[in-house]
Amino acid sequence: MSENCNNVKLPSGDELILSSSPHIHDNQSVRKIMLKVIVALLPAAAAGVFFFGLPAAGVILLTLASCVAAEAIWFFLAKRPLSPLGDCSAALTGLILALNLPPATPWWVCVLGGFLAIWVGKQVFGGLGHNPFNPALVARVALLIALPAALTTWTPTGIEAADSEFELSTYATPLGKAAMLKTTATPHGSAHGDIYAELATDDAYWNYFIGNRGGSLGETSCLALLIGGIALMLMKLIKWQIPLVFIATVGVFSGAVHFFAPAMTPPALFHLMTGGLLLGAFFMATDMVTSPMTTWGCVIFAFGCGVITCVIRIWGSYPEGVSFSILFMNALVPLIDRMCQLRPFGYVRKKA
Amino acid sequence: MAANKPIPPKPLSFPGGIHPAKDGKSLTEKKAVVAAPLFDRYVVQISQNVGAPPKLVVKVGDAVKKGDLLAEASGFVSVPLHAPTSGVISAVGDAPGPMGTLVPAVYLDADGRDEWTANRMAPLDWRTAEPAELKNRVRDAGIVGMGGAAFPTHVKLSPPPDKKIDTVILNGAECEPYLTADHRLMLEQPEKVLVGAAVMARALGVENIFIGVEKNKPDAIDKLNELAGKYGVKVVGLKVQYPQGSEKQLIYALTGRCVPEGGLPMDAGCVVQNVATAAAVCDAVESGVPLIERITTVTGTPLAAPGNFLVRIGTPVIRLVELAGGVTEEPRKLILGGPMMGFAQRSFEVPVAKNSSGVLLLAASEIVQYDSAGCMRCGMCLRGCPMHLSPGPLSMLIENEKFDLAAQNHVMDCLECGACAYACPAHRPLVQHMRRAKAEIRKRAKK
Amino acid sequence: MNTILIAALVCGVIALVSGLVIGVASKLFAVPSDPRVDLVIGLLPGANCGGCGKAGCADFAKSVVAGENPPNKCPVSSAEQISAIAHALGIEAGSSFKQVAVVLCGGDLNQARQHTLYNGVYDCVSAAMVAGGPKSCSYGCFGMGSCARSCPFGAIEIINNLAVVHPEVCVGCGTCVATCPRHLIKLVPAEAKVHIFCSSPLKGPEKKKVCSVPCLGCRKCVKAGAEGQFTVEGVKVSVNYDTGENGLPGEDVVAAAGCPTGCLMTVAKHLETEYAELAEAKKETENGRK
Repeated sequence: MSENCNNVKLPSGDELILSSSPHIHDNQSVRKIMLKVIVALLPAAAAGVFFFGLPAAGVILLTLASCVAAEAIWFFLAKRPLSPLGDCSAALTGLILALNLPPATPWWVCVLGGFLAIWVGKQVFGGLGHNPFNPALVARVALLIALPAALTTWTPTGIEAADSEFELSTYATPLGKAAMLKTTATPHGSAHGDIYAELATDDAYWNYFIGNRGGSLGETSCLALLIGGIALMLMKLIKWQIPLVFIATVGVFSGAVHFFAPAMTPPALFHLMTGGLLLGAFFMATDMVTSPMTTWGCVIFAFGCGVITCVIRIWGSYPEGVSFSILFMNALVPLIDRMCQLRPFGYVRKKA
Repeated sequence: MAANKPIPPKPLSFPGGIHPAKDGKSLTEKKAVVAAPLFDRYVVQISQNVGAPPKLVVKVGDAVKKGDLLAEASGFVSVPLHAPTSGVISAVGDAPGPMGTLVPAVYLDADGRDEWTANRMAPLDWRTAEPAELKNRVRDAGIVGMGGAAFPTHVKLSPPPDKKIDTVILNGAECEPYLTADHRLMLEQPEKVLVGAAVMARALGVENIFIGVEKNKPDAIDKLNELAGKYGVKVVGLKVQYPQGSEKQLIYALTGRCVPEGGLPMDAGCVVQNVATAAAVCDAVESGVPLIERITTVTGTPLAAPGNFLVRIGTPVIRLVELAGGVTEEPRKLILGGPMMGFAQRSFEVPVAKNSSGVLLLAASEIVQYDSAGCMRCGMCLRGCPMHLSPGPLSMLIENEKFDLAAQNHVMDCLECGACAYACPAHRPLVQHMRRAKAEIRKRAKK
Repeated sequence: MNTILIAALVCGVIALVSGLVIGVASKLFAVPSDPRVDLVIGLLPGANCGGCGKAGCADFAKSVVAGENPPNKCPVSSAEQISAIAHALGIEAGSSFKQVAVVLCGGDLNQARQHTLYNGVYDCVSAAMVAGGPKSCSYGCFGMGSCARSCPFGAIEIINNLAVVHPEVCVGCGTCVATCPRHLIKLVPAEAKVHIFCSSPLKGPEKKKVCSVPCLGCRKCVKAGAEGQFTVEGVKVSVNYDTGENGLPGEDVVAAAGCPTGCLMTVAKHLETEYAELAEAKKETENGRK
């Protein structure tokens, strides 16, 4: 029945596309979201490279490549098409994992981490969307437990190393230093003076803010993380409740502990600006797959993350608790989502 | 008096919903309605209403005049069908239906004279007519919900005695992207819409009348406001948000009431009618014209001259495409209705029905071909769903044919508005899953 | 030594007490059950297919014991199994004949035109709701396998986008009949070997447009067959499965009729041709790869 209209052929019935409504879609796709998150992480990655030098760039590239390679090998072994690689989720996992590793991680640890993240963290559960835990964090925590030496060997930033008073033998992250101060401080000494005073000077805070401190590759620069994180919030790619509640909970919790027992822990601002809190709150707790879908679920999830982070940092044996807290709350996500599921519009309780 | 009661502060919006970035209305919103010329053949589907299909009263070879009865109502939830023009019934048989299947239809060859029937209904004075008289007129004129549902209007006007109706709501939201038929109608024939509203309010014995219009049609709101006072109608501008034109969301936005789950608008004391339906009611009462033509938006970027047309029921879509100047680019999708809830068609021979508010052509570049990736649990569907369902998890249940669990999770409340699938970054065919589950659950309930 | 004694004693006491509690509970909360029901459940196939109309084998067993259903209502059990049930209960087995399902459409990938541009869920029921699905013929098999997935016995195979029932595996439970959105599947007597693989009531030329193996309604088969072997409704001709005095049409009828499109054929022939086409398609893709 094709007829000519203005010399353009109308398609006959067989050439019309049939699909269910809706026929228009938001200009959004998994690939675009992943790419946007990757772009949002670039400032943090750049800060890492700036402060820790070329080895950091090597870690980033190697981890990223090994994640993508791990995914490709998995698809090949499973005899599945390689097309899902295009969604860039493996690359994002790789980048996040790299930002969570110390700047001088040995190459084989990077490769191992990439395969752990993709195989154990993601594909064994059925791939993107089915993994209960954040793959990058699974890899990071597995490495931390299996290879504690490699994962806790911190390198100073270029600026710190150039300092004349610098001593490599006692170098540690700010959180590590705080933990050390806590164990070495005598009960006498802590009674009056603030034992954490040297960690909480204006100078120190400025260094924490721009990222001139020891730590994982991408977690040091608060400035870079805030730029990326706030951009994601504005683009509505992450639920703003998660970072906000997470950070607020950590602030209030650690602040309260510091207020009542100053020797227990450094002040709140120190907690907010050190460790992996900002990286975790903006980029890892907000992972779409492993965070709750409901709004109130996000609040509960982020609150739990904050509390557990503080508990580990203040009373735990690890100086850092963000990774563990997020993984722990990941496990509770299905439960939280179920609890917070909204009632349908116009829901009426059935009369018994 | 109900009308004097203070109206509670209204939300004018509803929780959830989406904001389609490209609404496509600019293609046709400035185009005045043009009456389509007489074509030589009309294909009138016999069943154009929800409920019992009407009973055919003509046979092949019969000569009919415009407005003559083609089929009579076969029950309470059924409306008669009228001839769109004068001519000869050339065949009664299968024709492509809006759902892609073949449906029974009457083929009417027009004689070109377009003569009115001798037994045309007499005009009624609605201000003095009895409510029952008005309801009968609405039924005899074959009026159904012209927004898309095709539910017989007289049934909505006859609520069971235990339901107290206090508000009539006219739906002028027209939240579907691309469609502008209702917009043009409100702009060009506001009087008809308002009279129709008043008629329906009188038939129901109600004095509280609202017209909800999305704020992206300020000209229509102004026009209606000029005349609304005369008929005791309140025109309300609503937030631009899809699906604002869904009954339940509209009632909430205008009155703050929630239709209970599984209930009908009358459970919230409201009757919701489309503005086009109101205009048809006005025609039927004031001039005795049955529902044989409607305003339809023929639009889409492939068309040379998209516009709003006054078309007879039964006009094949191919004629409308020609009327809109033909195509300048190959269309790859033909949709009857709007892009969010309309149905893809497989043939250009499909005729316009009483509820066809739009004909939309999409070019290849506008179509998203989805290869249904896995759900990423991003929750965008949850935030889009105006009914507060969880479409993503539901679709996974349905993929695994867990229909009982889907029912427990309220899949039956789904409006099929498409907000979830619109927002889904994985392009999952969520609405199709929901439809399947609803069909399956209904089938099981029947057993 | 003492410690061991005490431990053993404590364990023994716990065991005694728990045993008592369990024993008392089993008496107190015992649900009376009919031993005959368990017996029948043991004799039933246990596929829980629902072909009997009950919610599974246990439910059916209850109804058999209650006398609501004769044992032969189970379409899956063989005659021996049914007589065993009847014997165990001391009741009549009832007379029955085995039924199998058949998909009355022969329009596969190669014969029937497809809307290749369907974009949606790969499932017949879902596809049927989108503009009637991707098949040009409004009465043809989608071949998306809803029936095959629903079959509890794996008797349906999708070959070249067409559902084909393997009669030797099929037990006639009827699950697929209820599933098919096009209502193409029919339960027929197991002896029926010849079918007309077309269910479209349209006129010949219209069918010819979309399919190369339709029933054109030429009625050659009706003439070739004996009286009452075929029924004609309008254009559509179908095999009369309510066996009259002349029985079901056999292979001789197929040969005598010389069906112009070949939609009248035996089940075995149908499977054979589909497999041949599948093999050919495979060969072609392999050649294409080379």
